[in-house]
Amino acid sequence: MVKSKSAYSIPSKLGKLETHIIVVWVDNEASVLSRVVGLFSGRGYNIESLAVAEVDQKENLSRITIVTTGTPQVIEQIVLQLKKLVPVHKVGNFKREDKNVIFKEMALFKVVGNSTKIKKALNACKKYNPVILDQTNKSAVIQITALRREIDKMAKNLKSLGLISVSRTGAVAMTRGAEIFN
Amino acid sequence: MPKLYTGAEIVFKCLEEQKVEHIFGYPGGAVLPIYDELKNHSSIKHILVRHEQGAGHAAEGYARSSGKPGVVLVTSGPGATNVVTALTDAYMDSVPLVCISGQVPTHLIGTDAFQECDTTGITRPCTKHNWLVKDINELPRIMHEAFEVATTGRPGPVLVDIPKDIQFAKAKYVSAKKEKKLEIKNKNRFNQKDIDQLIELMNKAKKPIFYTGGGVVNSGPKASELLRELVLLTGFPITSTLQGLGSYPGDDNQFLGMLGMHGTYEANNAMHDCDLLINIGARFDDRITGKIDEFSPKSKKVHIDIDPSSINKIIKVDLAIVGDVTDVIKSTTKTLKKKNFNLQKSNKQQISKWWQQIQKWRTKESLNFINSDKIIKPQHAVQRLYELTKHQDTFITTEVGQHQMWAAQHYKFNKPNRWMTSGGLGTMGYGLPAAVGVQIAHPKKLVVDIAGEASILMTMQEISTAVQYNLPIKIFILNNQYMGMVRQWQELLHEKNYSESYSEALPDFVKLAEAYGCVGIRAENPDELDEKIQEMIDIDRPVIFDCHVDQAENCFPMIPSGKPHNQMLLGPKDQEENKITGKGKALV
Repeated sequence: MVKSKSAYSIPSKLGKLETHIIVVWVDNEASVLSRVVGLFSGRGYNIESLAVAEVDQKENLSRITIVTTGTPQVIEQIVLQLKKLVPVHKVGNFKREDKNVIFKEMALFKVVGNSTKIKKALNACKKYNPVILDQTNKSAVIQITALRREIDKMAKNLKSLGLISVSRTGAVAMTRGAEIFN
Repeated sequence: MPKLYTGAEIVFKCLEEQKVEHIFGYPGGAVLPIYDELKNHSSIKHILVRHEQGAGHAAEGYARSSGKPGVVLVTSGPGATNVVTALTDAYMDSVPLVCISGQVPTHLIGTDAFQECDTTGITRPCTKHNWLVKDINELPRIMHEAFEVATTGRPGPVLVDIPKDIQFAKAKYVSAKKEKKLEIKNKNRFNQKDIDQLIELMNKAKKPIFYTGGGVVNSGPKASELLRELVLLTGFPITSTLQGLGSYPGDDNQFLGMLGMHGTYEANNAMHDCDLLINIGARFDDRITGKIDEFSPKSKKVHIDIDPSSINKIIKVDLAIVGDVTDVIKSTTKTLKKKNFNLQKSNKQQISKWWQQIQKWRTKESLNFINSDKIIKPQHAVQRLYELTKHQDTFITTEVGQHQMWAAQHYKFNKPNRWMTSGGLGTMGYGLPAAVGVQIAHPKKLVVDIAGEASILMTMQEISTAVQYNLPIKIFILNNQYMGMVRQWQELLHEKNYSESYSEALPDFVKLAEAYGCVGIRAENPDELDEKIQEMIDIDRPVIFDCHVDQAENCFPMIPSGKPHNQMLLGPKDQEENKITGKGKALV
């Protein structure tokens, strides 16, 4: 047994880490985002990505989508702690592997180079619904929507084709089929 | 056209509607309109403290001893930052507080104005919820909501930040009854199936134990009554956390004493060896569990709590019952009586061996200490205080440290709401202002702050508040000239390097008492102790009692760090054999 000189216990072994997508419906009011984010930072939870926007103007509701990693115990705590916040209406919790849920992120790539390079870049993005948002004879801004790891891969691959700037969103999520989360 | 009220008037109308009788506060520039309005509301008495932290702790003492929310009124900037410690303390120990703070006028927010700070930003992590009122029409709703959030579910502190221009602005008043109710976040979520499962576990158990906490006290006096009935009915042993003391009579035979780091040998061993652990309103705090991996390894665990996030946070449990302690115990007892009217007898047979084992542990008499006739032992002082005050309804507050643990070990509480101590945050300086609050709530009762000389100096100024309002609180200082608990840890873990834990210059507490306009008493040897304590009790004025105690005394028994419940240190002798060495220093 490890002997301790501390007034606190020694950390026990960490469980297996899982990635989850947490969806939070909140009142769209001042400081609501900082309450949610402050809960994560204050309790040492992890935020991989975050997406927020108002989804219902009449009801004044915003939807926050957070990608986080933690042990099952930590994920359970995150959900329960979030539910305690006064402006929080409901909390959804999905495993990243969940087949019934769609996750998407969006990225903007700025590629600088001659038209051949830009064409190649666009071609490389073919699988991810590329849209050209701006084009000059030596540059282009390409928008794609894909999964996180796909965007990671594209961002790496496009480097040789003149990628000079990347801007990307956090993941947003929605369940498949006719059901909605309650 | 409905009558319009100023923001300040609305604040008081809400307080009146919530039946608030006392507020603890300190005026300042940004809160003056509210102070100006005070004169028009005779049902609300303002208690002027000497520091905003004192206002917060006084409100905590008031709330804990009366079951009503404590109300605090402070100004912007330093007023708000000074109250942060008390808000955090209340958050950790689930005490309902409503703190109203002034703020600079709306148009100056964000400009680094005089006495401006981001109050809602600073207090966000230490309140259940807070509000910055930007629109006067929102004020009535926010005020009512504040009281609702503070007092429902797991109680806690809230803060309403009101800019000065909002205090002057006018709006309609909307009564709480007319406001749309909040979605109740914490309601009973258990059903009969859970209760049946609990009773099945209770029926099977051969080595059961109840482990009860502050949730029983927070649930109201009815919960304590029901708990007594349940414990009697089942014949199970019961132990309590620091915050739960008083919810079950401390002198009852089924009570094993407090558990945890400085709990009794029998309580901790029973926790370790039990086969059924029923947690009622406690939260598996790290001072309770000791080493998590070896915490109560052989038991089925049941957790009854109103806060779902408390469940499975530290310890995985087999049965979770989310609900108000009162309601859960009520259904349990009802079902128990209906279905298992025979349980009382059969169960007591089944657990008789368990009780024999507990009696064996009890013979260790782990709270014993070697008394002296030359020097006052601190444990002896607490025991004498208990003996001389137990015949009257006494309220005890404490500061934080060795004296707090000795008070918890040696003072026996028979009723809930009689014991006010800072458990979660461990705030030195809590006890004196808390005693002020308790005395305000219970004017005729005896209120004693069992204190240490180091803690008391942190909020000493509040004795002036006690003098101003003729609050006959008794400050019973166990004076060993050391930060005793720090010294004890340094002795046990840091090779007696008493780094900065000795107070080289202490005030003469008797003269200090006189300077503040109260009474000072000093006791220096055991012969005079009883007589002096009696003198203290008999004086109907605030008293500072300077009790000089053994400087070298340590608080035992204790669970050394990183050890499970069944490896306790019992006393000075035991300690030599189990010396703690190795890594972990960095973790403190």
